[in-house]
Amino acid sequence: MAREQRLAEVFVELADTLVEEFDVVDFLQTLTERAVELVDADSAGLMLDDQRGRLQVVAYTDEPTRLLELLELQNDEGPCLDCFSTGERLANIDVATSWERWPRFAQAASDAGFAVVHAVPMRLRRQVIGALNLFTRSQAPLTGEHLAVVQGLADVATIGLLHERAVRDQVVLAEQLQTALHSRILVEQAKGVLSARAGLDVSAAFQLMRNYARRTGKSLTTVADAIVANTLDGDELRRVAGRP
Amino acid sequence: MPMTSGRVAEILSALWTESSDGSALSAGLVQDCSQALPVSGVGLALMTERGPAGTVAATDGAALELEDLQFTLGEGPCVDASETGRPVLEPDLAATGPRRWPAFAGGALAAGVAAVFALPLRVGAIRVGVLDLYRATPGALTPEHLREALAFADAATLLLLYLQTRAPADEFSPGALALPADRAEVHQATGVVSVQAGVSLAEALVLVRARAYAEQRPVGDVARDVLAGRADFTDRPNR
Repeated sequence: MAREQRLAEVFVELADTLVEEFDVVDFLQTLTERAVELVDADSAGLMLDDQRGRLQVVAYTDEPTRLLELLELQNDEGPCLDCFSTGERLANIDVATSWERWPRFAQAASDAGFAVVHAVPMRLRRQVIGALNLFTRSQAPLTGEHLAVVQGLADVATIGLLHERAVRDQVVLAEQLQTALHSRILVEQAKGVLSARAGLDVSAAFQLMRNYARRTGKSLTTVADAIVANTLDGDELRRVAGRP
Repeated sequence: MPMTSGRVAEILSALWTESSDGSALSAGLVQDCSQALPVSGVGLALMTERGPAGTVAATDGAALELEDLQFTLGEGPCVDASETGRPVLEPDLAATGPRRWPAFAGGALAAGVAAVFALPLRVGAIRVGVLDLYRATPGALTPEHLREALAFADAATLLLLYLQTRAPADEFSPGALALPADRAEVHQATGVVSVQAGVSLAEALVLVRARAYAEQRPVGDVARDVLAGRADFTDRPNR
């Protein structure tokens, strides 16, 4: 079965990123992209608990999805937030029938062209540390099998965040979540630096960084660090990764 | 960092009510932090791009000793936190410290430090310092206490960034420190501005924020202007 084959490949790919030099942003980014691919969704986003009483968007497959997630955070309403606060999965949520429950979210989601939303919790025992969200433009619902795949990916994301050491307690969780949030900021800063140095827009800059990281086997954070420190420039990135 | 969550704004406002002078602000922050949490003392250490730059404030002798030991020996939770950018939470120094930091642990235990929690003060690649909390008895921070400690760390980050700019005190208020929630643009723009103006990321962040403040606009708007090429920092307006 092609899909089962692909599913196995994705889990192997994710497992590989866990044993190599681990890069949390790259890992979560890859995970959102594979989630979209495996269940035929159109986009995905991933939010993590910032341990200050809020969620932060740490990975997303495209800009409209990031904006939609930010809007949920700003308005304090939406399926991802409910999923996070209850720890319960919200599957096959029809945007058209969500107006009463989340008026501003329903408006924004429908403006962005999304018809169906899914939110699965990232759970560590009883604690919820984040949520993975999927969006589809068509009305096609996800099957139970699809949902199991998505929950599996959310579980892998949780394991990935905590894998570096055995989970003692809050200590590791705190360290990992804080590191994830700052790695994300570092990558954003590097996108800006590269875009100004190489004359690219920020998404092209990000693509170039990721391609370079893949080709060289370096972590995205290492690449971002080198760009910020000015030890890696646009010419070298293009030479290795090709022109975006 | 999650910038200005409600609690961070509260912490900064309380500081401002007490004083608007730079060194008193730092001293006030470690005092307030020490009182808000079940810890024995708090120290604030400065990092520059060239490395550790000394203790900014400490609540008591043991907190000061904790900072001094680490700079002298070049090892300890604060050193690890600043090098790795990760929080270092050590609830029982006697149990695990000697193996992790052979030289530091003995001195710290002798100074009466039984647990240390070192929180790096950073905004992505920008690293400004470390907030060290210590306890005279062993024990971990609860999730609620950790949340409160992180709020103080965020407030300390904003404070140190401000102090590094040496802006006049009357131009400054907790409101001027605020950064918005949709800050991916702000961090991207920080990168762009650091190249345009030829300054460090820390200075670039300060420039973006200063312009927003001067123009009475949200930082996110200025950041979007930078990314769209509508705002340029090649001429440095503040110099």
